[in-house]
Amino acid sequence: MLDRAFVRAQCTARVSRRSMLRTKAVSSYSGSHRLSSHAAQVNRPVRVAIVGSGPAGFYAAARLLSKQQDAMVDMYEKLPVPFGLARYGVAPDHPEVKNCEEKFTEVATSPRFNFIGNIDLGNDLPLAVLKPHYDAILFAYGASKDKELGIPGEKALRSVYSARSFVGWYNGLPEHRDLQPDLTSGEDVVIVGQGNVALDVARILLSDVEALRSTDITDYALEALSKSRIKRVRVVGRRGPLQASFTIKEIRELLQLPSVSFHPIPKDVFPPEDVVNGLPRAQKRLMQLLAKGSANDPQTATKSWSLDFLLSPDSLHWSPMHPYRLTHAKFSRNELDPADPYNPTSKVTPKYLSSGKRAMVNLPSSVFFRSVGYKSLPLPGLEDLGIEFDSHRGIIPNDGFGRVKSLSGSGESHKLPDGSLISHLPGLYCAGWVKRGPTGVIASTMTDAFTTADSLMKDLADHNGSGSLLRAPEQSSGLGWDGVKPEAARLGLRPTSWQDWQRIDAAERERGQRKGKVRDKFGRIEEMLEVIS
Amino acid sequence: MALWRDFGLHLRRAVTKASAGDVCLALPRRYVSHSTTPWRTGGVANASRWNTGAKKSLRPESPSWKETQRCFSITAQAAHGHITPPKPGEEINVTFIDKDGTKVELQVAEGDNLLDIAQANDLEMEGACGGSCACSTCHVIVEDPELFDKMEEPSDDENDMLDLAFGLTETSRLGCQVVMTKDLDGLVVRLPSMTRNLQASDFESK
Repeated sequence: MLDRAFVRAQCTARVSRRSMLRTKAVSSYSGSHRLSSHAAQVNRPVRVAIVGSGPAGFYAAARLLSKQQDAMVDMYEKLPVPFGLARYGVAPDHPEVKNCEEKFTEVATSPRFNFIGNIDLGNDLPLAVLKPHYDAILFAYGASKDKELGIPGEKALRSVYSARSFVGWYNGLPEHRDLQPDLTSGEDVVIVGQGNVALDVARILLSDVEALRSTDITDYALEALSKSRIKRVRVVGRRGPLQASFTIKEIRELLQLPSVSFHPIPKDVFPPEDVVNGLPRAQKRLMQLLAKGSANDPQTATKSWSLDFLLSPDSLHWSPMHPYRLTHAKFSRNELDPADPYNPTSKVTPKYLSSGKRAMVNLPSSVFFRSVGYKSLPLPGLEDLGIEFDSHRGIIPNDGFGRVKSLSGSGESHKLPDGSLISHLPGLYCAGWVKRGPTGVIASTMTDAFTTADSLMKDLADHNGSGSLLRAPEQSSGLGWDGVKPEAARLGLRPTSWQDWQRIDAAERERGQRKGKVRDKFGRIEEMLEVIS
Repeated sequence: MALWRDFGLHLRRAVTKASAGDVCLALPRRYVSHSTTPWRTGGVANASRWNTGAKKSLRPESPSWKETQRCFSITAQAAHGHITPPKPGEEINVTFIDKDGTKVELQVAEGDNLLDIAQANDLEMEGACGGSCACSTCHVIVEDPELFDKMEEPSDDENDMLDLAFGLTETSRLGCQVVMTKDLDGLVVRLPSMTRNLQASDFESK
């Protein structure tokens, strides 16, 4: 129905463009130029480019298309296929979380929505090419790298992996197709970091491979996991249980894995019971669950895991006899801040022995993962749009509502609801992890993307068209993708459409069906493109 | 178009409000709206989940003017048939208060859950995981603590998700997990705002 409204709006636009021409013809002396430019402004669709097709991009698009009747969204994606971390981040044994893809597919059926895959903005196609053709650009390209530990041995080519690449590998992300993690060199795994990504990695390593066969996990991952010798997984954190960033669902799942036992957490790192009882609900339930542990008998369990607290990674060590064999990871011990030990934001201090030396501990480790968070990178060419990427925090500077903020004050002054003023770069927005940092679940990204879309629509309603973007008729052609396409063609790019994705999707499902899986993903971009060539 | 849709909604809401004593009008608005078309019996449960306002607004509609007219008179056609119309005399009353404070009174059948009911009636409630208790986007707040106590205890899984919900209260539930029963007649639930009212200070460097 909205689309009919849109058609109607276009008709009106055509009519008024005609009347506008008429106005122009007679108005050369009447000084109504401002009026006619205003008419041009309101009578063509609002063209919005969204960079990135993960949950943030799609939820922003959903909000825009349902609330702004004349909005047209072009969504640019680096890969030929959509959905970002919903497809490549969510664990294969969490299919229910991927149900959000159904909503995204619904969004994509709108004729006011256009998917443009296989175009790496900033690299394949300069961002500056987009600017003249859009009223607003919304960045939702997420976090493409992960944070490093900066310890000796971390860059080793074997046995040391980033959790991000491991997740990408088992989920079929082309970038990590050839990771080939060695899971056969020993039984002990150390994962540094205690977020949900660390727990996903632990769960995939500890799960019975048979339980994963029907999921959309890649075949090559299944094969490697079925040969895995891993029996013991340690998930190590710098601080205490109250400061860890995992959530209770992921902990409960691990505690309930069949034939996997949990090494109880030593009592001395837990807050005392009276402190636990006084905690807010969520933290209290989490502490109680951790204290309760797993019901699985360690005697009969074939694999086990533990949460190890108050340890900072120091270095990695290889066997002197077999220089390719990782043997252990060395950690230094920490203590909770004695002044405020049970606050989720508490810091830790290094623990010293009576001799004055740092207290150290070695943990056996044949495979080592770092999982201390993702990191967004600046898209090449952001600076051409005036965006000063905040490399320290790994985000595009913004006002919290999704408006891209100018740190040097070169934007337009914008008043926030709390009365403070920011310098906003008009027409530029951000959502998701590149806006607020790589934390939170799909629900938080949804809320966040809705907030950004609402800001955009509010600005559109308020804006007088004086800025560089946001329907300033003299500066935006309003052509959107139609204006960008010739340049993409000139550069020899091969964009994928939503129909292309549907063909790839169907091919993956069909391949999967033959193997009793939901889908069998193509692990290489060439394979995807072959389907549609 | 927004006008048409609003009008349709008002019309349907008016039907419920004016229900006293009139059997025909006492039928829930969905039922009335569907009485002109054959009842659609959903598809696969999963496939029919996404029937929010978004579906209605994003799906390309038939361009024919005839269809347009019919569509207007039965706005709820876009709502899917995966909630059951209540049998006359067995309606359960439930009221949703949306984030603007607007009350929507509905009459529903036993066995339907609040997420399906909200989505079938175009209320602004997401269900990102499709109602499988794996996210917190269908968070609702039960207004009357006594009715909250009458409900079945939330499962561990539901509580785990509620722990992540923004604006959690003592009487919070996930809409997808609250199944209507006769005991819950007169239930009033509030939908928390889906966009956070953030302050700039929330985003200062930490």
